[in-house]
Amino acid sequence: MNGVGSAFTEALGLLISGDPALWEIVGVSFSVSLRAILVATPPALVVGYVLAWHAFPGRRLLVSLFETLLALPAVVVGLTVYLLLSRRGPLGDLGWLFTQPAMIVGQIVLAFPILVAMSRAAFRAVDPHALETVRTLGAGSVRGFTTLAREAQFGLGAAVIAAFGRIIAEVGSSMMVGGNILHHTRNIPTAIALETSKGSFAQGIALGLVLLTLALGLNVALGWFQARGAAHP
Amino acid sequence: MRRRLFPRSWLLPVLALCFGVLSATAAPLRLATTTSTQNSGLLDHLLPAFQARTGIEVQVIAVGTGRALRLGEAGDVDVVMVHAPQAERRFVASGAGTQRFPFMKNAFLLVGPPDDPAHLRGETDVVQALVRIARSGARFVSRGDDSGTHKKERALWQAAGLHPQGDWYVEAGQGMGKVLQMAGELGAYTLTDQGTWLAYRDRVALEPLVGGDPRLDNPYAVIPVDPRRHPHVNHRAAMALVEWLRSPEGQRAIAAYRLHGRQAFVPTAIGPRRDETVP
Repeated sequence: MNGVGSAFTEALGLLISGDPALWEIVGVSFSVSLRAILVATPPALVVGYVLAWHAFPGRRLLVSLFETLLALPAVVVGLTVYLLLSRRGPLGDLGWLFTQPAMIVGQIVLAFPILVAMSRAAFRAVDPHALETVRTLGAGSVRGFTTLAREAQFGLGAAVIAAFGRIIAEVGSSMMVGGNILHHTRNIPTAIALETSKGSFAQGIALGLVLLTLALGLNVALGWFQARGAAHP
Repeated sequence: MRRRLFPRSWLLPVLALCFGVLSATAAPLRLATTTSTQNSGLLDHLLPAFQARTGIEVQVIAVGTGRALRLGEAGDVDVVMVHAPQAERRFVASGAGTQRFPFMKNAFLLVGPPDDPAHLRGETDVVQALVRIARSGARFVSRGDDSGTHKKERALWQAAGLHPQGDWYVEAGQGMGKVLQMAGELGAYTLTDQGTWLAYRDRVALEPLVGGDPRLDNPYAVIPVDPRRHPHVNHRAAMALVEWLRSPEGQRAIAAYRLHGRQAFVPTAIGPRRDETVP
Protein backbone atom coordinates (compact mmCIF):
# COMPACT_ATOMS: atom_id res chain seq x y z
CA MET A 1 0.00 0.00 0.00
CA ASN A 2 1.11 3.50 -0.79
CA GLY A 3 1.93 5.71 2.13
CA VAL A 4 0.51 9.21 2.23
CA GLY A 5 3.97 10.65 1.77
CA SER A 6 4.84 8.74 -1.38
CA ALA A 7 1.37 9.44 -2.87
CA PHE A 8 1.95 13.13 -2.22
CA THR A 9 5.37 13.05 -3.86
CA GLU A 10 3.91 11.21 -6.83
CA ALA A 11 1.14 13.83 -7.03
CA LEU A 12 3.69 16.66 -7.22
CA GLY A 13 5.50 14.72 -9.92
CA LEU A 14 2.30 14.43 -11.99
CA LEU A 15 1.65 18.17 -11.67
CA ILE A 16 5.18 19.27 -12.49
CA SER A 17 5.68 16.86 -15.38
CA GLY A 18 2.48 18.16 -17.01
CA ASP A 19 0.84 14.71 -17.08
CA PRO A 20 -1.59 14.98 -20.04
CA ALA A 21 -4.31 12.80 -18.49
CA LEU A 22 -4.32 15.03 -15.43
CA TRP A 23 -4.43 18.31 -17.30
CA GLU A 24 -7.14 17.04 -19.63
CA ILE A 25 -9.37 16.54 -16.59
CA VAL A 26 -8.53 20.04 -15.39
CA GLY A 27 -9.44 21.28 -18.87
CA VAL A 28 -12.86 19.59 -18.76
CA SER A 29 -13.55 21.23 -15.39
CA PHE A 30 -12.70 24.69 -16.63
CA SER A 31 -14.44 24.35 -19.96
CA VAL A 32 -17.69 23.16 -18.34
CA SER A 33 -17.74 25.61 -15.44
CA LEU A 34 -16.74 28.64 -17.52
CA ARG A 35 -19.51 27.94 -20.02
CA ALA A 36 -22.00 27.46 -17.19
CA ILE A 37 -21.00 30.81 -15.67
CA LEU A 38 -21.16 32.58 -19.05
CA VAL A 39 -24.69 31.33 -19.68
CA ALA A 40 -25.94 31.86 -16.12
CA THR A 41 -24.53 35.31 -15.42
CA PRO A 42 -26.49 37.64 -17.77
CA PRO A 43 -29.99 36.47 -16.84
CA ALA A 44 -29.07 36.12 -13.16
CA LEU A 45 -27.82 39.72 -13.04
CA VAL A 46 -31.06 40.94 -14.62
CA VAL A 47 -33.04 39.01 -12.00
CA GLY A 48 -30.80 40.42 -9.23
CA TYR A 49 -31.34 43.93 -10.58
CA VAL A 50 -35.10 43.53 -10.79
CA LEU A 51 -35.26 42.10 -7.27
CA ALA A 52 -33.11 44.95 -5.98
CA TRP A 53 -34.91 47.92 -7.48
CA HIS A 54 -38.38 46.93 -8.59
CA ALA A 55 -41.27 46.66 -6.19
CA PHE A 56 -43.88 44.11 -7.20
CA PRO A 57 -46.14 41.70 -5.35
CA GLY A 58 -44.32 38.55 -4.31
CA ARG A 59 -40.86 40.10 -4.40
CA ARG A 60 -40.07 39.20 -0.78
CA LEU A 61 -41.14 35.68 -1.52
CA LEU A 62 -38.86 35.48 -4.57
CA VAL A 63 -35.93 36.87 -2.59
CA SER A 64 -36.51 34.26 0.14
CA LEU A 65 -36.80 31.59 -2.51
CA PHE A 66 -33.42 32.42 -4.05
CA GLU A 67 -31.84 32.64 -0.60
CA THR A 68 -33.20 29.18 0.17
CA LEU A 69 -31.88 27.86 -3.11
CA LEU A 70 -28.39 28.97 -2.03
CA ALA A 71 -28.39 25.89 0.18
CA LEU A 72 -29.60 23.56 -2.58
CA PRO A 73 -27.56 20.33 -2.44
CA ALA A 74 -25.76 19.47 -5.67
CA VAL A 75 -27.08 15.90 -5.60
CA VAL A 76 -30.67 17.19 -5.61
CA VAL A 77 -29.85 19.33 -8.64
CA GLY A 78 -28.19 16.30 -10.21
CA LEU A 79 -31.22 14.11 -9.61
CA THR A 80 -33.60 16.71 -11.04
CA VAL A 81 -31.51 17.37 -14.14
CA TYR A 82 -31.04 13.63 -14.58
CA LEU A 83 -34.80 13.01 -14.55
CA LEU A 84 -35.34 15.87 -17.01
CA LEU A 85 -32.64 14.75 -19.44
CA SER A 86 -33.08 10.97 -19.32
CA ARG A 87 -34.53 9.53 -22.50
CA ARG A 88 -37.66 8.92 -20.47
CA GLY A 89 -37.74 12.50 -19.21
CA PRO A 90 -39.40 15.51 -20.82
CA LEU A 91 -36.13 16.77 -22.37
CA GLY A 92 -34.83 13.32 -23.33
CA ASP A 93 -34.87 14.03 -27.04
CA LEU A 94 -31.98 16.44 -26.60
CA GLY A 95 -29.75 13.42 -25.87
CA TRP A 96 -27.80 15.47 -23.34
CA LEU A 97 -27.56 12.96 -20.49
CA PHE A 98 -23.92 11.95 -19.90
CA THR A 99 -22.58 14.86 -21.94
CA GLN A 100 -20.94 18.15 -21.02
CA PRO A 101 -24.13 20.11 -21.79
CA ALA A 102 -25.89 18.14 -19.03
CA MET A 103 -23.12 19.08 -16.59
CA ILE A 104 -23.41 22.68 -17.72
CA VAL A 105 -27.17 22.69 -17.08
CA GLY A 106 -26.64 21.33 -13.55
CA GLN A 107 -23.97 23.90 -12.80
CA ILE A 108 -26.13 26.73 -14.16
CA VAL A 109 -28.86 25.73 -11.71
CA LEU A 110 -26.31 25.70 -8.88
CA ALA A 111 -24.74 29.02 -9.84
CA PHE A 112 -27.96 30.92 -10.47
CA PRO A 113 -29.12 31.50 -6.86
CA ILE A 114 -25.63 32.63 -5.81
CA LEU A 115 -25.45 35.08 -8.71
CA VAL A 116 -28.94 36.41 -8.00
CA ALA A 117 -28.48 36.81 -4.24
CA MET A 118 -25.03 38.41 -4.47
CA SER A 119 -25.84 40.63 -7.44
CA ARG A 120 -29.00 41.81 -5.72
CA ALA A 121 -26.91 42.82 -2.70
CA ALA A 122 -24.41 44.55 -5.00
CA PHE A 123 -27.17 46.45 -6.79
CA ARG A 124 -28.66 47.47 -3.44
CA ALA A 125 -25.30 48.85 -2.36
CA VAL A 126 -24.79 51.38 -5.17
CA ASP A 127 -24.57 55.09 -4.52
CA PRO A 128 -28.07 56.60 -4.16
CA HIS A 129 -26.79 59.36 -6.44
CA ALA A 130 -26.48 56.94 -9.32
CA LEU A 131 -29.91 55.67 -8.52
CA GLU A 132 -31.32 59.17 -9.03
CA THR A 133 -29.82 59.23 -12.50
CA VAL A 134 -31.35 55.83 -13.19
CA ARG A 135 -34.74 56.98 -11.98
CA THR A 136 -34.69 59.89 -14.46
CA LEU A 137 -33.68 57.48 -17.21
CA GLY A 138 -36.51 55.16 -16.18
CA ALA A 139 -35.55 52.27 -13.96
CA GLY A 140 -36.90 49.66 -16.34
CA SER A 141 -34.68 50.70 -19.19
CA VAL A 142 -31.62 48.88 -20.47
CA ARG A 143 -29.64 52.08 -19.81
CA GLY A 144 -30.77 51.95 -16.20
CA PHE A 145 -29.48 48.41 -15.87
CA THR A 146 -26.14 49.01 -17.54
CA THR A 147 -25.53 52.20 -15.60
CA LEU A 148 -26.15 50.49 -12.29
CA ALA A 149 -24.20 47.40 -13.36
CA ARG A 150 -21.23 49.67 -14.04
CA GLU A 151 -21.59 51.23 -10.60
CA ALA A 152 -21.86 47.83 -8.98
CA GLN A 153 -19.22 46.14 -11.14
CA PHE A 154 -16.95 45.03 -8.30
CA GLY A 155 -19.79 43.55 -6.31
CA LEU A 156 -21.00 41.78 -9.45
CA GLY A 157 -17.49 40.52 -10.14
CA ALA A 158 -17.44 39.10 -6.62
CA ALA A 159 -20.76 37.34 -7.31
CA VAL A 160 -19.36 35.72 -10.45
CA ILE A 161 -16.20 34.57 -8.67
CA ALA A 162 -18.16 33.11 -5.75
CA ALA A 163 -20.52 31.24 -8.07
CA PHE A 164 -17.60 29.92 -10.13
CA GLY A 165 -15.88 28.69 -6.97
CA ARG A 166 -19.04 26.80 -6.01
CA ILE A 167 -19.62 25.03 -9.32
CA ILE A 168 -16.05 24.07 -10.20
CA ALA A 169 -15.79 22.16 -6.93
CA GLU A 170 -19.18 20.41 -6.94
CA VAL A 171 -19.22 16.68 -7.45
CA GLY A 172 -22.82 15.53 -6.86
CA SER A 173 -24.45 16.93 -9.96
CA SER A 174 -21.53 16.36 -12.34
CA MET A 175 -21.20 12.73 -11.31
CA MET A 176 -24.90 11.98 -11.81
CA VAL A 177 -25.61 13.77 -15.05
CA GLY A 178 -22.12 13.61 -16.56
CA GLY A 179 -21.43 9.94 -15.80
CA ASN A 180 -17.69 10.49 -15.23
CA ILE A 181 -16.76 9.48 -18.81
CA LEU A 182 -13.04 9.66 -19.51
CA HIS A 183 -12.04 12.42 -22.00
CA HIS A 184 -15.61 13.81 -21.95
CA THR A 185 -17.29 14.34 -18.63
CA ARG A 186 -14.60 13.44 -16.13
CA ASN A 187 -13.81 16.66 -14.30
CA ILE A 188 -11.66 17.34 -11.25
CA PRO A 189 -14.19 16.44 -8.52
CA THR A 190 -15.52 13.29 -10.22
CA ALA A 191 -11.97 12.17 -11.02
CA ILE A 192 -11.00 12.59 -7.36
CA ALA A 193 -14.00 10.48 -6.33
CA LEU A 194 -13.05 7.76 -8.86
CA GLU A 195 -9.33 7.71 -8.05
CA THR A 196 -10.13 7.45 -4.36
CA SER A 197 -12.46 4.50 -5.01
CA LYS A 198 -9.70 2.88 -7.07
CA GLY A 199 -7.24 3.45 -4.27
CA SER A 200 -4.81 5.36 -6.50
CA PHE A 201 -4.45 8.42 -4.38
CA ALA A 202 -1.66 10.26 -6.22
CA GLN A 203 -3.83 11.57 -9.03
CA GLY A 204 -6.57 12.42 -6.51
CA ILE A 205 -4.12 14.44 -4.44
CA ALA A 206 -2.72 16.17 -7.53
CA LEU A 207 -6.20 17.20 -8.65
CA GLY A 208 -7.04 18.25 -5.10
CA LEU A 209 -3.98 20.52 -5.14
CA VAL A 210 -5.20 22.08 -8.38
CA LEU A 211 -8.58 22.78 -6.77
CA LEU A 212 -6.96 24.20 -3.63
CA THR A 213 -4.72 26.49 -5.65
CA LEU A 214 -7.73 27.59 -7.66
CA ALA A 215 -9.75 28.26 -4.49
CA LEU A 216 -6.88 30.35 -3.15
CA GLY A 217 -6.70 32.35 -6.39
CA LEU A 218 -10.46 32.86 -6.47
CA ASN A 219 -10.48 34.00 -2.85
CA VAL A 220 -7.71 36.52 -3.51
CA ALA A 221 -9.70 37.79 -6.50
CA LEU A 222 -12.87 37.89 -4.42
CA GLY A 223 -11.10 39.91 -1.72
CA TRP A 224 -9.76 42.28 -4.35
CA PHE A 225 -13.21 42.85 -5.86
CA GLN A 226 -14.79 43.36 -2.46
CA ALA A 227 -12.09 45.81 -1.38
CA ARG A 228 -12.47 47.76 -4.64
CA GLY A 229 -16.24 47.70 -4.21
CA ALA A 230 -15.89 49.14 -0.71
CA ALA A 231 -13.42 51.80 -1.85
CA HIS A 232 -15.59 52.94 -4.79
CA PRO A 233 -19.13 52.34 -3.73
CA MET B 1 -15.97 55.11 -21.58
CA ARG B 2 -15.00 53.79 -18.21
CA ARG B 3 -13.86 50.28 -17.53
CA ARG B 4 -16.70 47.85 -17.70
CA LEU B 5 -16.76 44.25 -16.64
CA PHE B 6 -19.78 43.48 -18.79
CA PRO B 7 -19.62 45.36 -22.09
CA ARG B 8 -22.58 44.46 -24.22
CA SER B 9 -20.49 44.32 -27.37
CA TRP B 10 -19.02 40.88 -26.69
CA LEU B 11 -21.87 39.43 -24.74
CA LEU B 12 -23.78 38.14 -27.76
CA PRO B 13 -20.85 36.47 -29.53
CA VAL B 14 -19.86 34.81 -26.26
CA LEU B 15 -23.36 33.49 -25.69
CA ALA B 16 -23.58 32.28 -29.27
CA LEU B 17 -20.28 30.45 -28.74
CA CYS B 18 -21.59 28.82 -25.56
CA PHE B 19 -24.66 27.41 -27.22
CA GLY B 20 -22.73 26.49 -30.34
CA VAL B 21 -20.41 24.36 -28.26
CA LEU B 22 -23.37 23.02 -26.28
CA SER B 23 -24.95 21.47 -29.33
CA ALA B 24 -21.73 20.24 -30.94
CA THR B 25 -21.57 16.68 -29.64
CA ALA B 26 -20.95 13.64 -31.86
CA ALA B 27 -22.60 10.23 -31.43
CA PRO B 28 -20.09 7.67 -30.15
CA LEU B 29 -21.05 4.34 -28.56
CA ARG B 30 -22.41 4.63 -25.03
CA LEU B 31 -21.62 1.60 -22.93
CA ALA B 32 -23.13 1.14 -19.48
CA THR B 33 -21.14 -1.44 -17.59
CA THR B 34 -20.24 -2.63 -14.16
CA THR B 35 -17.60 -1.15 -11.93
CA SER B 36 -15.85 -4.55 -12.03
CA THR B 37 -14.94 -4.31 -15.73
CA GLN B 38 -13.68 -0.76 -15.30
CA ASN B 39 -11.94 -1.03 -11.93
CA SER B 40 -10.14 -4.20 -13.03
CA GLY B 41 -8.62 -2.27 -15.92
CA LEU B 42 -10.03 -4.67 -18.56
CA LEU B 43 -11.85 -1.99 -20.55
CA ASP B 44 -8.76 0.21 -20.71
CA HIS B 45 -7.09 -2.82 -22.27
CA LEU B 46 -9.88 -3.79 -24.72
CA LEU B 47 -11.45 -0.56 -25.91
CA PRO B 48 -8.38 1.05 -27.52
CA ALA B 49 -7.97 -2.12 -29.62
CA PHE B 50 -11.66 -2.00 -30.57
CA GLN B 51 -11.37 1.65 -31.52
CA ALA B 52 -8.24 0.99 -33.56
CA ARG B 53 -10.10 -1.74 -35.47
CA THR B 54 -13.43 0.01 -36.03
CA GLY B 55 -12.85 3.71 -35.43
CA ILE B 56 -15.70 3.72 -32.95
CA GLU B 57 -15.13 5.60 -29.73
CA VAL B 58 -16.70 3.97 -26.68
CA GLN B 59 -17.87 6.15 -23.81
CA VAL B 60 -17.97 4.13 -20.62
CA ILE B 61 -20.47 4.76 -17.85
CA ALA B 62 -19.42 2.51 -14.99
CA VAL B 63 -22.23 1.74 -12.55
CA GLY B 64 -23.62 -1.41 -10.97
CA THR B 65 -25.33 -4.05 -13.10
CA GLY B 66 -28.77 -3.02 -11.82
CA ARG B 67 -28.30 0.59 -12.80
CA ALA B 68 -26.65 -0.33 -16.09
CA LEU B 69 -29.75 -2.34 -17.03
CA ARG B 70 -32.02 0.53 -16.04
CA LEU B 71 -29.96 2.92 -18.17
CA GLY B 72 -30.48 0.50 -21.06
CA GLU B 73 -34.21 0.27 -20.38
CA ALA B 74 -34.51 4.04 -20.48
CA GLY B 75 -32.51 4.20 -23.71
CA ASP B 76 -29.85 6.38 -22.10
CA VAL B 77 -27.09 4.09 -23.41
CA ASP B 78 -26.61 2.00 -26.58
CA VAL B 79 -25.31 -1.24 -25.09
CA VAL B 80 -24.84 -2.80 -21.66
CA MET B 81 -22.06 -5.13 -20.44
CA VAL B 82 -23.17 -6.84 -17.24
CA HIS B 83 -22.97 -10.01 -15.16
CA ALA B 84 -26.33 -11.10 -13.76
CA PRO B 85 -27.81 -13.76 -16.08
CA GLN B 86 -31.28 -13.81 -14.52
CA ALA B 87 -31.70 -10.04 -14.61
CA GLU B 88 -30.28 -10.07 -18.17
CA ARG B 89 -32.90 -12.56 -19.34
CA ARG B 90 -35.64 -10.40 -17.86
CA PHE B 91 -34.06 -7.39 -19.62
CA VAL B 92 -34.25 -9.15 -22.99
CA ALA B 93 -37.68 -10.69 -22.35
CA SER B 94 -39.13 -7.27 -21.51
CA GLY B 95 -38.04 -6.03 -24.92
CA ALA B 96 -35.41 -3.60 -23.63
CA GLY B 97 -32.49 -5.51 -25.16
CA THR B 98 -32.22 -7.46 -28.43
CA GLN B 99 -30.26 -10.50 -27.28
CA ARG B 100 -27.78 -11.70 -24.66
CA PHE B 101 -24.29 -12.28 -26.01
CA PRO B 102 -22.16 -14.11 -23.41
CA PHE B 103 -18.50 -13.47 -24.13
CA MET B 104 -16.37 -14.03 -21.04
CA LYS B 105 -16.42 -15.13 -17.44
CA ASN B 106 -14.46 -15.11 -14.29
CA ALA B 107 -15.31 -16.14 -10.78
CA PHE B 108 -16.33 -14.65 -7.49
CA LEU B 109 -14.45 -15.35 -4.32
CA LEU B 110 -14.80 -14.63 -0.64
CA VAL B 111 -11.99 -12.54 0.78
CA GLY B 112 -11.39 -11.58 4.37
CA PRO B 113 -8.90 -10.34 6.97
CA PRO B 114 -5.68 -12.35 7.43
CA ASP B 115 -6.60 -13.35 11.01
CA ASP B 116 -9.77 -14.97 9.62
CA PRO B 117 -12.01 -14.74 12.72
CA ALA B 118 -14.74 -16.92 11.14
CA HIS B 119 -12.22 -19.67 10.24
CA LEU B 120 -13.05 -19.83 6.53
CA ARG B 121 -9.63 -20.98 5.40
CA GLY B 122 -9.97 -24.46 3.94
CA GLU B 123 -13.72 -24.16 3.43
CA THR B 124 -14.75 -24.99 -0.16
CA ASP B 125 -18.52 -24.64 0.18
CA VAL B 126 -19.35 -20.95 -0.19
CA VAL B 127 -22.78 -21.27 1.43
CA GLN B 128 -21.27 -22.95 4.50
CA ALA B 129 -18.69 -20.16 4.61
CA LEU B 130 -21.44 -17.52 4.76
CA VAL B 131 -23.17 -19.40 7.56
CA ARG B 132 -19.90 -19.36 9.49
CA ILE B 133 -19.46 -15.63 8.99
CA ALA B 134 -22.98 -14.97 10.25
CA ARG B 135 -22.45 -17.23 13.28
CA SER B 136 -19.08 -15.75 14.19
CA GLY B 137 -20.39 -12.19 14.23
CA ALA B 138 -17.44 -11.09 12.09
CA ARG B 139 -18.20 -8.15 9.86
CA PHE B 140 -19.23 -8.52 6.24
CA VAL B 141 -19.28 -5.63 3.76
CA SER B 142 -22.02 -5.90 1.15
CA ARG B 143 -22.01 -3.89 -2.06
CA GLY B 144 -25.60 -2.94 -1.28
CA ASP B 145 -25.97 -1.31 -4.71
CA ASP B 146 -28.02 -3.83 -6.70
CA SER B 147 -24.93 -4.63 -8.78
CA GLY B 148 -24.28 -8.06 -10.29
CA THR B 149 -22.00 -8.91 -7.39
CA HIS B 150 -24.68 -7.80 -4.95
CA LYS B 151 -27.31 -9.92 -6.72
CA LYS B 152 -24.98 -12.92 -6.50
CA GLU B 153 -24.34 -12.22 -2.82
CA ARG B 154 -28.05 -12.07 -2.04
CA ALA B 155 -28.68 -15.32 -3.90
CA LEU B 156 -25.96 -16.98 -1.82
CA TRP B 157 -27.39 -15.70 1.48
CA GLN B 158 -30.73 -17.00 0.36
CA ALA B 159 -29.20 -20.39 -0.40
CA ALA B 160 -27.83 -20.34 3.13
CA GLY B 161 -31.31 -19.61 4.47
CA LEU B 162 -30.16 -16.39 6.11
CA HIS B 163 -31.39 -12.79 6.08
CA PRO B 164 -28.26 -10.88 6.96
CA GLN B 165 -28.90 -7.83 9.08
CA GLY B 166 -27.38 -6.17 12.10
CA ASP B 167 -24.25 -4.23 12.97
CA TRP B 168 -21.98 -6.87 11.49
CA TYR B 169 -23.59 -6.57 8.03
CA VAL B 170 -22.31 -3.37 6.41
CA GLU B 171 -24.22 -2.23 3.32
CA ALA B 172 -21.81 0.09 1.55
CA GLY B 173 -23.66 1.23 -1.58
CA GLN B 174 -20.30 1.57 -3.36
CA GLY B 175 -18.38 0.08 -6.27
CA MET B 176 -16.27 -3.08 -5.95
CA GLY B 177 -12.94 -1.33 -5.47
CA LYS B 178 -14.31 0.92 -2.75
CA VAL B 179 -15.90 -2.05 -0.99
CA LEU B 180 -12.59 -3.96 -1.00
CA GLN B 181 -10.92 -0.95 0.55
CA MET B 182 -13.66 -0.67 3.16
CA ALA B 183 -13.44 -4.38 4.00
CA GLY B 184 -9.67 -4.02 4.34
CA GLU B 185 -9.98 -1.03 6.64
CA LEU B 186 -12.73 -2.65 8.74
CA GLY B 187 -11.13 -6.10 8.91
CA ALA B 188 -14.28 -7.52 7.30
CA TYR B 189 -15.19 -10.23 4.80
CA THR B 190 -16.67 -9.49 1.40
CA LEU B 191 -17.60 -11.14 -1.87
CA THR B 192 -15.61 -9.90 -4.86
CA ASP B 193 -15.16 -10.70 -8.51
CA GLN B 194 -11.76 -12.03 -9.43
CA GLY B 195 -10.86 -9.23 -11.86
CA THR B 196 -11.25 -6.43 -9.35
CA TRP B 197 -9.63 -8.58 -6.67
CA LEU B 198 -6.47 -9.06 -8.74
CA ALA B 199 -6.31 -5.31 -9.37
CA TYR B 200 -6.66 -4.49 -5.67
CA ARG B 201 -5.04 -7.35 -3.82
CA ASP B 202 -1.77 -5.50 -3.25
CA ARG B 203 -3.53 -2.43 -1.92
CA VAL B 204 -5.79 -3.97 0.69
CA ALA B 205 -5.11 -6.03 3.84
CA LEU B 206 -7.28 -8.96 2.73
CA GLU B 207 -6.67 -12.55 1.70
CA PRO B 208 -8.54 -14.86 -0.68
CA LEU B 209 -10.32 -17.47 1.43
CA VAL B 210 -13.07 -19.31 -0.44
CA GLY B 211 -13.13 -19.91 -4.19
CA GLY B 212 -13.67 -22.61 -6.77
CA ASP B 213 -17.27 -23.41 -5.80
CA PRO B 214 -19.30 -23.73 -9.04
CA ARG B 215 -21.89 -21.43 -7.47
CA LEU B 216 -19.25 -18.70 -7.69
CA ASP B 217 -19.17 -18.66 -11.50
CA ASN B 218 -19.45 -15.16 -12.92
CA PRO B 219 -20.47 -14.98 -16.61
CA TYR B 220 -20.46 -11.66 -18.46
CA ALA B 221 -22.66 -10.73 -21.41
CA VAL B 222 -23.16 -7.76 -23.71
CA ILE B 223 -26.70 -6.80 -24.70
CA PRO B 224 -27.53 -4.15 -27.31
CA VAL B 225 -30.44 -1.89 -26.41
CA ASP B 226 -33.33 -2.67 -28.77
CA PRO B 227 -33.54 -0.02 -31.52
CA ARG B 228 -37.21 -0.85 -32.06
CA ARG B 229 -37.96 0.57 -28.66
CA HIS B 230 -35.37 3.36 -28.73
CA PRO B 231 -34.81 4.39 -32.36
CA HIS B 232 -32.11 6.91 -31.41
CA VAL B 233 -29.65 4.29 -30.12
CA ASN B 234 -26.43 3.62 -32.00
CA HIS B 235 -27.31 0.01 -32.80
CA ARG B 236 -24.78 -0.46 -35.56
CA ALA B 237 -21.91 0.50 -33.25
CA ALA B 238 -23.39 -1.70 -30.50
CA MET B 239 -23.38 -4.71 -32.84
CA ALA B 240 -19.84 -3.86 -33.94
CA LEU B 241 -18.76 -4.09 -30.29
CA VAL B 242 -20.63 -7.39 -29.79
CA GLU B 243 -19.04 -8.89 -32.88
CA TRP B 244 -15.57 -7.67 -32.02
CA LEU B 245 -15.74 -8.94 -28.43
CA ARG B 246 -16.81 -12.40 -29.70
CA SER B 247 -14.35 -12.45 -32.61
CA PRO B 248 -11.08 -14.37 -32.32
CA GLU B 249 -9.27 -11.03 -32.03
CA GLY B 250 -11.48 -9.80 -29.19
CA GLN B 251 -11.42 -13.13 -27.40
CA ARG B 252 -7.62 -13.26 -27.62
CA ALA B 253 -7.44 -9.74 -26.21
CA ILE B 254 -9.60 -10.80 -23.24
CA ALA B 255 -7.45 -13.89 -22.62
CA ALA B 256 -4.29 -11.82 -22.87
CA TYR B 257 -5.32 -9.38 -20.18
CA ARG B 258 -3.22 -10.06 -17.13
CA LEU B 259 -3.31 -8.53 -13.70
CA HIS B 260 -0.26 -9.14 -11.53
CA GLY B 261 0.74 -11.93 -13.89
CA ARG B 262 -2.60 -13.76 -13.73
CA GLN B 263 -5.34 -14.06 -16.30
CA ALA B 264 -8.31 -12.08 -15.00
CA PHE B 265 -11.09 -13.11 -17.42
CA VAL B 266 -11.72 -16.27 -19.44
CA PRO B 267 -13.13 -15.81 -22.96
CA THR B 268 -16.21 -17.97 -23.54
CA ALA B 269 -17.26 -17.22 -27.13
CA ILE B 270 -14.41 -19.01 -28.93
CA GLY B 271 -15.26 -22.07 -30.96
CA PRO B 272 -18.87 -23.14 -31.53
CA ARG B 273 -21.43 -20.40 -31.19
CA ARG B 274 -22.81 -20.33 -27.70
CA ASP B 275 -25.21 -17.44 -27.82
CA GLU B 276 -28.60 -18.19 -26.39
CA THR B 277 -31.42 -17.91 -28.85
CA VAL B 278 -34.29 -19.08 -26.65
CA PRO B 279 -34.04 -18.67 -22.90
